[in-house]
Amino acid sequence: MSLAELICPAGTPAALRTAVDAGADAVYCGFQDATNARNFPGLNFTPDELAEAVVYAHAKDAKVLLALNTYPPAGKVDLWRQAADTGTRLGVDAFIVADMGVADYIARTHPQVRLHLSVQAAASSPEAIRYYCESFGVKRVVLPRILTIPEIRQIRREIPCEIETFIFGNHGLMVEGRCSLTNYLTGQSTNMDGICSPASEVDYARHDDGSMSSRLAGFTIDCFGADEMAGYPTICKGRYTAPHRPEAYYAFEEPVSLNLSRLLPQMIDAGIHAFKIEGRQRSKSYVRNVVSAFRAAVDDIRAGRTANIADLVALTEGQKQTQGAFETKKWR
Amino acid sequence: MSMMNHTAPAMRPLSGAVQRLACLAVQPILSRVVKRIAARHSSLFARLGPHQTTDYLIDPVELPFALHLRPDPQALLFRAVPRESLPLSGAAIRGPFLLLLELIDSEEDGDAAFFSRDLEISGDTEAVVRLRNALDDVDGSIAEETADLFGPVGRAILARLRRSYSDATKGNMYT
Repeated sequence: MSLAELICPAGTPAALRTAVDAGADAVYCGFQDATNARNFPGLNFTPDELAEAVVYAHAKDAKVLLALNTYPPAGKVDLWRQAADTGTRLGVDAFIVADMGVADYIARTHPQVRLHLSVQAAASSPEAIRYYCESFGVKRVVLPRILTIPEIRQIRREIPCEIETFIFGNHGLMVEGRCSLTNYLTGQSTNMDGICSPASEVDYARHDDGSMSSRLAGFTIDCFGADEMAGYPTICKGRYTAPHRPEAYYAFEEPVSLNLSRLLPQMIDAGIHAFKIEGRQRSKSYVRNVVSAFRAAVDDIRAGRTANIADLVALTEGQKQTQGAFETKKWR
Repeated sequence: MSMMNHTAPAMRPLSGAVQRLACLAVQPILSRVVKRIAARHSSLFARLGPHQTTDYLIDPVELPFALHLRPDPQALLFRAVPRESLPLSGAAIRGPFLLLLELIDSEEDGDAAFFSRDLEISGDTEAVVRLRNALDDVDGSIAEETADLFGPVGRAILARLRRSYSDATKGNMYT
């Protein structure tokens, strides 16, 4: 049976303390800049805040993983290198990286710190994962959300590192780390600036009939009826019309969150080392509720008890949840 | 963690005179509350960044007035404003009073409240996101600190409000 570590999100120091207190084995977070994929306004950590967070987490036997999981634009690597230097000085337990240049710098400069390969690297084959392990000493891969549990079980036999998978939260496009939709409309890059649907470019308009439009950079990406649940203002979850589809439809995917609580026993049995909860942009309330629920579930399963997972649907996007590709390749 | 279903019924329109009277009555409390929070949680201003000077309109739909917040540490402004003469604002946040109270304390999740349509935002979305993140980084309960300002009476009122919220979410009274 795997260690089944619970890897939990924190967008602020208070959220990190909440996650640790709720039972996180490790908390992942980022600096207030483009080095991480949740570079949102008012979110993330200053170096001083991260220093205090590391002390807090370590005092309670929890690890801190620093996300450096964006791609530096060509020739502009200093920010990522400085972040790695700072993280090392502050004693973080691992870096989560996607870019080979960043991985190479850390492997050469800070070889004592663990490297985890971000989902943003989209490494989903044994060959790709082995390349990162052999070239940069990667100790853990966060798998893209496109694999079934039997496939993950098979990959585990063929790679020399640990496996981490998402179990809950926002469910993005499937070639992760390659999405350019935000860049297309706003000029800002999800993968290099760390910003998906920048808040400064988002606006909402309420209409007289109770419906609400969400727009990004002036383009309407959805209009929710008065009685409809809403989703994030991301292009991939929008509804559009087309000449052959006069009724607005989800051209990419629907607002929905991943929730693998029912599959946890199979995933632990498959030898997955760590389970990741998405949501650094979410509140302490979300962190407290989701982490507590999965902490109890993992503990129950490891103790041989049946897990009774709390209902988390109220926290899911559009109040809809899926097991995605983990359950079946027929998804999408 | 429990969301109401859609927005609470809006306040039945009161006369302008009654609205202004209500504003006058609560203003001393608001001034005291905002000074206390600013003094005890000064770090939240950093997360607001350039939006320290943004005018926020916070609109608890059941109350006879809305709240105007400008979180400028050099010139804090938090005042009740009659609905008949709302000021221009950079960002507006609208929802049931008890939900807003729970959001301030991170007892509820803002994204979930948005998904369920209980919470509406308009204007500058970045300003709203920054305010949310700033408040979410506050340890402890702003609502309880506010209640403490008024001793046992304040704490009793808060407990009553929270019971109301709990009953409302269980019974879906806002459906």
